[in-house]
Amino acid sequence: MTFMPSTAPWFAAHEWRLMWRDAVAMMTGGYPARRIALIVTLVIAAVLLHLLANAIVAPWAAAGIVPDKATLVMITGSGFLFWTVMLSQALESITRAYYSRSDLDLILSSPASSRTVFAVRTGITAVTTLLLACLLASPVVDVLIIHNGPQWLMAYLVLAALSALSTAIAVLITVALFRLAGTKRTRLISQIIAAIIGAGFVIGIQAVAILHFGNMSSRFALFTDAGFVAAMPDAANLIWAPAKAALGDWPSLIGVAIVGAAALALTIAFASSRFGEQAIAAASVSHQRVAQHHGAVNFRPRSQKQQLRVKEWKLLARDPWLLSQTLMQILYLVPPALYLWISYGQSAGTYVVVIPVLVMATGQLSGGLSWLAISGEDAHDLVVTAPVSASAVLQAKIEAVATVVLAVLTPIIILMMFASFELAATTAVFAALSSGSATAIQLWFRVPMRRAMFRRRQVASRVSTISEALSSIFWAGTAVLVAGDQYLIATLPAVLATVTLFVAWSLSPKGKRV
Amino acid sequence: MSDSAFALDIQGLTKSFDRPVVKDLQLQVKTGEFYALLGPNGAGKTTILRMVAGLLQPEAGSISVFGIDTRKDPLKAKSIIAWVSDEPMVYDRLTPYEYLEFVAGLWQIDARQAQVRSTELIEWLGLKPHAHERCGGFSKGMLQKVALAGALVHDPKLIILDEPLTGLDAGSARQVKQVLLDKVKQGVTVIMTTHILEVAERMAERIGVINHGRLIAEGTLTELRARIGREDTLEEIFLDLVAQKEMDVDPAASAVDAAA
Repeated sequence: MTFMPSTAPWFAAHEWRLMWRDAVAMMTGGYPARRIALIVTLVIAAVLLHLLANAIVAPWAAAGIVPDKATLVMITGSGFLFWTVMLSQALESITRAYYSRSDLDLILSSPASSRTVFAVRTGITAVTTLLLACLLASPVVDVLIIHNGPQWLMAYLVLAALSALSTAIAVLITVALFRLAGTKRTRLISQIIAAIIGAGFVIGIQAVAILHFGNMSSRFALFTDAGFVAAMPDAANLIWAPAKAALGDWPSLIGVAIVGAAALALTIAFASSRFGEQAIAAASVSHQRVAQHHGAVNFRPRSQKQQLRVKEWKLLARDPWLLSQTLMQILYLVPPALYLWISYGQSAGTYVVVIPVLVMATGQLSGGLSWLAISGEDAHDLVVTAPVSASAVLQAKIEAVATVVLAVLTPIIILMMFASFELAATTAVFAALSSGSATAIQLWFRVPMRRAMFRRRQVASRVSTISEALSSIFWAGTAVLVAGDQYLIATLPAVLATVTLFVAWSLSPKGKRV
Repeated sequence: MSDSAFALDIQGLTKSFDRPVVKDLQLQVKTGEFYALLGPNGAGKTTILRMVAGLLQPEAGSISVFGIDTRKDPLKAKSIIAWVSDEPMVYDRLTPYEYLEFVAGLWQIDARQAQVRSTELIEWLGLKPHAHERCGGFSKGMLQKVALAGALVHDPKLIILDEPLTGLDAGSARQVKQVLLDKVKQGVTVIMTTHILEVAERMAERIGVINHGRLIAEGTLTELRARIGREDTLEEIFLDLVAQKEMDVDPAASAVDAAA
């Protein structure tokens, strides 16, 4: 089908084609032959997720889902957690619509209407947010359709309305930031807000649950608490409309759909007039110069390794992208830290729940930082042509990363030591193993890329991404079993972690680099 | 360091990717010489220079820089080489001073000496007003000057430049060319690839023409003219040499051309 050039459908078709090719390239790593393997993997993953959802949701559905206040609170609370992730995703996409320069210069320099471009890009953001939401929610919704009836199909329409609403709010936040913080700071602040929204609310609820119940058993426990349910508005309140719509109430569904669509349409009408101007202002940000505060010039005598470490720390500290990404990792450490704080002086046994969170978070933090230091080297040629051995360069970069990870983890380990030296030591050992594994994987799969390509680092190798996640999960499992004195069973995840590392190493493109 | 008459001595250098890129190359550049390496796109110029700089490993052959075998003692060789590519190797989030401090640290130059030299270079290259600004917002010309300052801060004996003038405005290009000529006067050897033949014609003492990974012609401009047998510009000579080589490589094509 062909559309008239420069019209909204024509731009939408163009964007959709680029997005589709990008998504396929990301998932297949640029190898078309992997498409079949990808389809098989997706089918297997979908089946497994549906089985998992069935195990969780089926007992609830079997007991009969009554649309009473408790059910509405449960669905709304869980749905709100889910919606914050959608909002975070939408905010990130909208920010990119303004700042990503790939083809914006070409389009804005053409006689095409910038309002049309903005409307299409905003619409595409709503659609991609919906796709992500459907991908994540479909196992639960499908299981509910099977066990409780087809009225749950309406949940997908609720998701569409919520995607539109989250996109509209994301646009309003971005536009407000342009006005309040200026073009230069909007991108960074928006990225930080997206990170905080994405992780912060989930973590906040968990923190409230910890303070309220004194454990980390479930972030959903709060929504089933009788006191919490009683404190909520009554069932007739409009706040429950999305939950009622998901449960099959037509008037609520129509209301939610109208609110979502109207919010998106009004926001596009309001913000599109200034899109061209703001996108052009955003383009000039990359040409703006940042003056670094300085005193007198004073070169310090340092060894080659010291120079490399200092350079890495400076670049890490000055990288706004990394700032928001690191913030995400650190945010996940807040609930265990809080739990440690309120459990201080209690039985050491309760600390066992904290250990896997710390071990996994450390692994993920190390993976991200290692990529930046090892692969994300903007002056790769300079470092390779310097009279310093490749092993010394890598060692210095790993030391730079390890220092940052240590700085984040040490205060929590010290806090743990007050209650149980043994558990603190267990956490430290397995966090080190998780961190070391993630770093080793990044080392084996290193491919020189610009640091700005951080978002696309996972495209470089699916194997490295998956093995990094698996190794940190297995080390977390080992840690928790060791902490529970189940040494024999602990050997199983430890062996799995080792096998994961071996498989990653054997699949890595070793021996192909200087 | 052995006392070699050649700043660069390449013997039997070979490299392939999905096809042979450099084939049994012999190339010698004298100490203190300004040598221009020319060739059409894909001829293998950058691959040759990247092997010299230690950015690629040769499959066969040897590279010697001032008598130092780059494969046997790469760190010693690297300590006297500077590499400047067409894409400036600069960190967006460091200032020129911070960048030069980092480079000086990698080459283990005395901090005090490096600071003096950096200040001189920054002034010399007209970067002083921007010396404390992060490189992220710099133009291509400014970035190339920062990269050039980085290449000069450790006082190399051999400077290798791959298309250093690409994307530079006339003023910046002139400044870079002047810096290189000054360095040659000081006894530094400069090897440069360029597609701007007028630059090679005016600046280089000797010119090497590469095609299909082989050195097809070499000499001063006068020697190259003598070889062609005409008093042409370098552009004419270059096009003639490359066309001759293409006919040698593809006799069928030459036969068709002749018939036409």
